[in-house]
Amino acid sequence: MIELKKINKDFQNSKVLNDCSLTINKGETMVIIGCSGVGKSVLLKHIIGILRPDSGDVIVDGQSVPHLRDRDLNKLRLEIGMLFQGAALFDSLTVGENVGFLLKEHSSATDELVEKRVKESLAMVGLRGIESLMPVSLSGGMKKRVGLARAICSQDLKIILYDEPTTGLDPIMADAINNLIISLHDKLNITSVAVTHDMNSAYKIADRIAMLYKGKIIAIGTPQEIKKTKNPFVKQFIAGDAHGPITEHLAVES
Amino acid sequence: MELKTRLSFNKKKLEISALVCGRRCLAAACYLGGLSILFTKTIISILTNFVRRKLVMEQLNKVGVNSILIVFLVTIFTGVVIALQSAYALKQFEAALYIPSMVALSVTRELGPVLTALIIAGKVGASMTAELGTMKVTEQIDALESLASDPVNYLVVPRFFALLIAVPILTIYGDFIGILGGYIVGVTKLNIGSHMYINLTINSLVCKDVMTGLIKSVFFAMAIAIVSCYEGMKAAGGAEGVGRSTTMSVVMSFISILSLDVFFTVLFYFVFP
Repeated sequence: MIELKKINKDFQNSKVLNDCSLTINKGETMVIIGCSGVGKSVLLKHIIGILRPDSGDVIVDGQSVPHLRDRDLNKLRLEIGMLFQGAALFDSLTVGENVGFLLKEHSSATDELVEKRVKESLAMVGLRGIESLMPVSLSGGMKKRVGLARAICSQDLKIILYDEPTTGLDPIMADAINNLIISLHDKLNITSVAVTHDMNSAYKIADRIAMLYKGKIIAIGTPQEIKKTKNPFVKQFIAGDAHGPITEHLAVES
Repeated sequence: MELKTRLSFNKKKLEISALVCGRRCLAAACYLGGLSILFTKTIISILTNFVRRKLVMEQLNKVGVNSILIVFLVTIFTGVVIALQSAYALKQFEAALYIPSMVALSVTRELGPVLTALIIAGKVGASMTAELGTMKVTEQIDALESLASDPVNYLVVPRFFALLIAVPILTIYGDFIGILGGYIVGVTKLNIGSHMYINLTINSLVCKDVMTGLIKSVFFAMAIAIVSCYEGMKAAGGAEGVGRSTTMSVVMSFISILSLDVFFTVLFYFVFP
């Protein structure tokens, strides 16, 4: 289980997370939606301990992430996979080295075993025979898939975090990634947290959807509940309407 | 009334100046604090973790092997120029025989280490900052952390080690080439015999002259590594941010090298004369 307790985070005097609380149950797929720049990725980075909150707490599997020592935090990270928005593949390493990075660095697995596991992970995301390619020669969709393969390569995986998994992809590739997320969830039976502003993707993959607005979770529910919501902010966001309370607030602020 | 207004205006101006000055001092303190933290983390990482030999070798190739030609060019030109300039001054006193020792001492004690460090800061330090900065803005450093790896151990330590090994070696090489530059001028243009030039150079140099240069070069290497990596790892704001960090890295490395040079020159002059 993942629990975010009243998290506050400021960046250069701008409040990104403001007493933000959220509970994600074991084995569920939680999708966090919200406008661009609202702090969705920041929230995700708190779960894996890349960012530490100014105040509040993040509990993952009963452990307080901000208070863990580096060694324990890295131990916890072996159980968490993360797909970054731009895939964040290491430019200087081949696809195979990228995917097998975690095993090579943090396990006693032999080279043959790492190679086998890399092949399996790439096959799970529908890619074969590209181990020796460099990331620069891949298309956007392939990079996302390789990023996903890297995130699932750990042997002790319990949680996967997806940062905008379908952004920048064509609709067909986006749907393929959605199917991949669902099948990974079913196959590996893990907790998934995805942040996105792509509502088609959110409805398709989510068990529950939460909306982040002004540093707080303002609505949470199943996709059906979110579709029927009366909250005007959520209504405007899911309808993708240019007019509504969110744009009015933005206009007042600017 | 007018005087009162002027006084209050001046007071306000003074307040603003004090505020700006205070902020700059605070920013400088934060910067030095950041460098010290990264340096401490690097040393702790070296002491507590294994050093990745493959990554150190890769960096050594970039830092050392790829810098041989530029160090050769800069130091040989410097040797030539020192020999010619000293000839201009010393010939008036019929003291051209002092040229070999002048070239040898200025190159080994001062110009060899400083020029080599400046070249490495401009060429290698800038590229390290750009590389790490790009990794930072494309979330590769975050990805490294998410894969349970320490960015300091994986990225900074190999670069630190490579510079620590390569800069002193390049300095010795630069010293030799600088003296060679002086030798070429001395033998071909100033009519000092080849044998005599070499003897005068060897007789004028003592171990301490070369060692002071080498000690300086070790500290220059550490400064270049920490400043370049720190600037790269705190880059933000896309391509523009990486460009800004790269410029800052070169400027701060140059300032660090020249400040350390003054410090060690004073130290060696007064404390270990």
